Amino acid sequence: MRNDSGIPAAMKAVAAVAVAAVALPLVALIARAPWRDVARLADPGPRTALLVSLEVSAAAAALALVFGLPVAVVLARASFPGRSIVRSLALLPIVLPPVVAGVGLLAAFGRHGLLGHALSSIGIHLPFTTAGAILASAFVATPLLILTVEAGVRALDAREGEAAETLGASRWYAFRRVTLPALRPAIAAGLVVAWARALGEFGATITFAGNFRGRTQTLPLAVFEALQTDTGSAILMSLLLVAVSLLALIALRGRFLTR
Amino acid sequence: MSLDATIRCKAGDLSVDVSLKAAPEQPLAIVGPNGAGKTTVVRALAGLHEIEAGHIEVDGVSLDDVPARARPIGVVFQDRGLFARMSALENVAFGVRARGVRSAVARERAQGLLDMMGLGDRAHVKAAALSGGEAQRVAVARAIAHEPRVLLLDEPLAALDVRARAEMRALLAKVLAGFGGIAIIVTHDPVDAMTLAHDVVVMEHGRVTQAGTMDEIRTAPRTAYAAELVGVNLLSGRVEPLGDGVATLDMGGAEITVACSDEIPAGDATALLRPADVILYREQPTPGSARNVVRGVVRSIADTGERVRVRLDSSPAIVADVTRGSATRLGLAVGVDVWAVFKAVEVRLITTE
Repeated sequence: MRNDSGIPAAMKAVAAVAVAAVALPLVALIARAPWRDVARLADPGPRTALLVSLEVSAAAAALALVFGLPVAVVLARASFPGRSIVRSLALLPIVLPPVVAGVGLLAAFGRHGLLGHALSSIGIHLPFTTAGAILASAFVATPLLILTVEAGVRALDAREGEAAETLGASRWYAFRRVTLPALRPAIAAGLVVAWARALGEFGATITFAGNFRGRTQTLPLAVFEALQTDTGSAILMSLLLVAVSLLALIALRGRFLTR
Repeated sequence: MSLDATIRCKAGDLSVDVSLKAAPEQPLAIVGPNGAGKTTVVRALAGLHEIEAGHIEVDGVSLDDVPARARPIGVVFQDRGLFARMSALENVAFGVRARGVRSAVARERAQGLLDMMGLGDRAHVKAAALSGGEAQRVAVARAIAHEPRVLLLDEPLAALDVRARAEMRALLAKVLAGFGGIAIIVTHDPVDAMTLAHDVVVMEHGRVTQAGTMDEIRTAPRTAYAAELVGVNLLSGRVEPLGDGVATLDMGGAEITVACSDEIPAGDATALLRPADVILYREQPTPGSARNVVRGVVRSIADTGERVRVRLDSSPAIVADVTRGSATRLGLAVGVDVWAVFKAVEVRLITTE
């Protein structure tokens, strides 16, 4: 029986090496972890970092949805001059070095930034706060949601939209009843990738929000800090991140991603 | 009170320029080959395809500046376009709900329509899980639920298999009979035009090449396509079962014998006879097993290359296909007397009411 679709042997070999290269660091983490000290994850330090991480990544994913969904719909549906420039701009954070994103956010929202004065005059302080960490994570995560949802909008059955139109549906009614339900899988997938990106965020967060325990120190920042003094603890927290990511992926996969 | 439209627009490489008139309770069929622009006309009427020039009027009111969502039109799309994630009931209720009618009222109305379509017990099945025939019936129910003034049906039977098609055709005939508005049916099947429509517009290459009743087109087809279209013998009349698997089809002055099941009730019916199943004789044939012998005069002869199509002035009018060899051997020419012979089993009853 032929079930390899005529894939060249060399290609299969390289693919195997690539998968092994991904698996090896994970195996190494498990092998090198000080399992006897696993209870240390419950210590206030790692536990607080985990809670901050969950809060920041969830809020960032929510922000990515609120702002990313309209952008995705507009990019997929509307045609206007400069559309490709707008699209490049919206997706720029994907390729932008995170530390540059952090510096940019400081220049915009920092104490001496463009909007810093205006914001602090109405009592909003973003740099070095949890809100700042959320903003930094959302900044880098939103383009991933846009990309995913935009592809989803493009793949929508245009006939259903036209049918809704001939049935007298207003734009908003058609969007709510036809477009949105059809987009659910794409939105779920976009939320997962945006959330995963936010969970792993490091550069923009540390630059814009700093590394304050209980406020802006997320798990990745805690791992980085621990690495300088306590490798074992860093490895355990890394494994915790791996576990959280995998759990979320599995949970969402069953619910939304497979249809 | 009617629909009056002139549509000039581009559809890809095709330039469309057609004028249509349709009256309530007199369904109009737009018949034409693939790529003739039929679907474009439907989309333009519905407001989904921009027209460059022309006008669309319904009951004297211009729809030119009316967006699709505000036109008094219901559409059954060629590919149905059902909302795949909604149930049959939600699909049918959609247009009513979209107009702000309360959910309970809309659903009750939708349920009534589904009952009428014989789908009452499938109301809560997701559209994506419906069979082709069921989905088509839901699409029809959805298109009329909001009581549009104009109903557009784009190839409503094309996607169905032969069996489902016959059922759907009978159901559509019933729906159209109860629909007080203006109906336009796009089809490439003359049987649909014959059984569902009052008038026919033949459309080719974006233009109307002939308009009239099916009978008028059969009598004098203006283009090769129209001739081909009506090349099938469609015989309409009153069927009267005789028992023993045969019935007479009385066409008012002419009568033929058709094969049918004995359960068929007497009533109006249409029958189909393929030209290739007709045998031509120059002299009156001696009685054989074929029951139908029709005398006529050759009115036209068209050599299509693979066969020769012979039209007879006869009652009923008959079209026969013979080989070029036979045409030569029989000495067929316009004005020649012939006898057309065909068996009762070759006449197929296609609709009964």
